[in-house]
Amino acid sequence: MPSFSAIVIGGGTNGLACAGRLAAKGCRVVVLEAGAVAGGGAAVREFAPGYFAPALAHTTRGVDARVMAGMALERHGLGFHPALATCVLNAEPLSVMRGKTTGADAAAYAALIAKLSEFARVLAPFRGLTPPRLTSSGNEWGKLARLGLGIRALGKADFREFLRMILINVADVAEDELTDDRLKGLLAFDATLGAWLGPRSPNSLILLLNQLACGPDILVPKGGMAALAAAMVRAAEAAGVVVRCNAAVARVLVTEDRACGVELESGEVLAADKVISAISPRTTFQKLVGPRHLDAGFFSRVQHIRSRGGAAKLHLALTAAPDVPDLQARMVIAPSVRVVEEAFNPVKYGEVPKAPVMEFVVPSAFEGDLASEGHHVLSAIVQFAPHAPKAGLEAARAEMLENTLAVLEAHVPGLRGLVAHAELLMPQDIEARFGMVGGNWHHGELAVEQMLFLRPLREAAQYGTPLPGLYLAGAGSHPGGGINGSAGWNAAGMVLHE
Amino acid sequence: MNDLTHFEVPLRQTPFHARTAVLNKLNRWGPWAGYMTALCFGDEAMEHTAIRNGASVYDLCPMVKYRVTGAEAAAFLDRLTIRNAGKLPVGSVHYTVWCDDEGRVLDDGTLFRHGVGDYLICCQERHLPWLLASSAGYDVAVREVTEEVAALSLQGPCSASVLDAAGFDVWGLKPFRMVRFAFQGGKVTVSRTGFTGDLGYELWMEPAQALPFWDHLFASGAPWGIRPIGTDALNLARIEAGFIITNMDFIPADQALREDRARSPFELGLDWMIDWDKGHFTGRRALLAEKEAGSDWALVGLDVPGNISAEGSILYHGKKREAGFVTAAAWSPSVKRSVALAQVEAKYRKGDDLWVEIYALRELQYVKLMLPVTVVERPFFNPARKRATPPGRF
Ligand SMILES: Cc1cc2nc3c(=O)[nH]c(=O)nc-3n(C[C@H](O)[C@H](O)[C@H](O)COP(=O)(O)OP(=O)(O)OC[C@H]3O[C@@H](n4cnc5c(N)ncnc54)[C@H](O)[C@@H]3O)c2cc1C
Repeated sequence: MPSFSAIVIGGGTNGLACAGRLAAKGCRVVVLEAGAVAGGGAAVREFAPGYFAPALAHTTRGVDARVMAGMALERHGLGFHPALATCVLNAEPLSVMRGKTTGADAAAYAALIAKLSEFARVLAPFRGLTPPRLTSSGNEWGKLARLGLGIRALGKADFREFLRMILINVADVAEDELTDDRLKGLLAFDATLGAWLGPRSPNSLILLLNQLACGPDILVPKGGMAALAAAMVRAAEAAGVVVRCNAAVARVLVTEDRACGVELESGEVLAADKVISAISPRTTFQKLVGPRHLDAGFFSRVQHIRSRGGAAKLHLALTAAPDVPDLQARMVIAPSVRVVEEAFNPVKYGEVPKAPVMEFVVPSAFEGDLASEGHHVLSAIVQFAPHAPKAGLEAARAEMLENTLAVLEAHVPGLRGLVAHAELLMPQDIEARFGMVGGNWHHGELAVEQMLFLRPLREAAQYGTPLPGLYLAGAGSHPGGGINGSAGWNAAGMVLHE
Repeated sequence: MNDLTHFEVPLRQTPFHARTAVLNKLNRWGPWAGYMTALCFGDEAMEHTAIRNGASVYDLCPMVKYRVTGAEAAAFLDRLTIRNAGKLPVGSVHYTVWCDDEGRVLDDGTLFRHGVGDYLICCQERHLPWLLASSAGYDVAVREVTEEVAALSLQGPCSASVLDAAGFDVWGLKPFRMVRFAFQGGKVTVSRTGFTGDLGYELWMEPAQALPFWDHLFASGAPWGIRPIGTDALNLARIEAGFIITNMDFIPADQALREDRARSPFELGLDWMIDWDKGHFTGRRALLAEKEAGSDWALVGLDVPGNISAEGSILYHGKKREAGFVTAAAWSPSVKRSVALAQVEAKYRKGDDLWVEIYALRELQYVKLMLPVTVVERPFFNPARKRATPPGRF
């Protein structure tokens, strides 16, 4: 029976970041990935013969700087195309780059983004921190105090503004500060991207701050998302990590009340001093560990970690370039706050919105080899899709696809005529294929009541879990998901610390 | 009445109410788990005497009962409770407790194993949400059956003779075992269990059998002066036996509002039941940590000078420093001493220089007493007849 000092379950970007950091400190680490390639949300998928699209994530706000440097990812081939502009598709399209745009609201928008970026700047260091415990002992008090002081140092007026806005909803902010529906819609869309919230839901602004804290720019890796994952795999392997694909973990093994290894679905058993799960916390505890090794209160709270996904993924195989203002921009269709809110309303009742909102990129405009000469692929994140469709998955998927294509056609005339093949992944499809419970972007909703020391639950918020020897390292832990590796890197720090 | 207005209707009556109501000369009733229950039928001293010197009958119907069935019933109960439920032989009963994740006691109760995958939990408080949550992932069904089972507790040195006269041969029945008898076309289960610390049996039947069974039992027991008893007399007997009651001697962890009120099995003197080797159970890790770090509280038995009950009193170390409080106390007719159950801060568990401040009511005037107490072993009253098999024939 092979023995490692640590087993990492799940070869997504968080699992790889965690493994890389551990191996760099001399641990013998194996990453066990269920899929045929590592990468998780950052993988490539041939969704139609000869057409390749990013499996889930198609852009990133940047890999955590600690991961970039710690794993020397540049040296292992990771680079990025120039930052993408955002193009708000409309009768009059609007181009936006960070806080810069045109039109009547240009100054107001610049000021708003500057203010939000300032808030994001003081919040950003929290992303790299092990969440504090609500007890007097065991916290990094020095660090916490410094970060707290950082917020306080905003200055009196900004600090007051920070406190006013931190838990506010994005719709109010947009209405207060802007007049241009295109910008208001964009703000509403960006804040709720990957969330199970509408722009009028409480606390929706903080999600936008979290995104800005990851990075100001929207990036596409050179070679595509899969190249990012591949660079991480190379870096991890260079540090001594063994990455094993087609190795789905069926069970965490426990002896003497300690996680001591895993059993694969093939029946193979691997032993390790520490088992680190970089997959969904709910799956980890409910399926891999099971109730027999966990307290009843904890186990039932695990079942109640909210994990509803509202994002669907659309892949289109196109026979020619779509008619958009800029093939290398991120296109957003979110005409107003109201339209975004109304796209969210139906999913509360398990229904499909008539006019979904979305962002899309054309990956083939960056990499020539994703489709044959002259052909293109379009990758869209479409919101909101019901995670538990009343009409059943098949009917809801068909309706969602039709409504999405209709909205696309209205904004990109002639697009439907170019579609050779279309694939829509509903939240349930995403759960089935990627293991994200409920199809949720963050392996568990990122919402104020599931953040920091409550993420995913109080008892497991510092990456350790009630089961000694078992740790969490995926998007379900602080600071949540996205293609950045932060949670995995933090978790490794905690494992090394112990 | 509907699900939302149930609290507006009067307390329920037990299946024995038609008999207990006419015997309750004082009409003294109290609430117990949604039922009305007799506190005293007429004379508490005589009722206590029946427990210790004859045969007494207590209506046990309001006791909360859950039936646990299924292939993984034993595994479920082993995760739920601190004791080893899998090792409990079929046809046996054990006392047990269950805890929350923090290792704080939610309730105590008795666990009856009727079959390999068929158990009955009897307890004081209601726990269905917790039991159902605990059953997630187990092939087990948990159902509240409080209303489906009628029960009497027959306690006292003559109780075996009474049963014999009623046609139930229990001479060979050992403590914590049970046996089933035919009765008027149905079945009655007799377990050698009770809450008095004396020889005694609990009798379990379907509600439809309740009244005929009562009549038969009282007719058979007449020569031994069989007598219905209320909660007051039973409470006195249980204090003598040193037994604790949920929500009297400790507060269930899920009901405690103040964080420092919940207690662990260590703190209630129940840690002897913990099976550390059976695998994981809810609260195990917290309890293991407490075992290493030590506990904050201890439950002790006290010998109190004089004859005034120390009920509700505060304990002091060196007459000055608060050290704990009395949870139950009485002047015990059986041992002719004033005894008490108390929670004390763990460092005072030995009882050195421990004092009780009693407010004694003497002709409508309170008099403050400060008396030295001694920590003593429980039970205060522990007759050999409680264990003897076969029990004595009286
Ligand atoms: C529709 C959609 C679009 C998204 N778009 C973006 C985007 O554009 N930009 C962005 O930054 N983020 C995006 N995200 C979010 C992002 O994909 C995730 O937050 C991110 O992938 C989380 O990384 P991770 O490493 O924690 O988990 P994952 O990427 O989910 O990786 C987990 C890995 O574990 C594997 N696994 C699961 N179960 C087992 C098992 N039992 N044994 C072994 N391996 C197992 C899976 O195969 C997977 O490879 C999107 C999410 C969704 C749902």
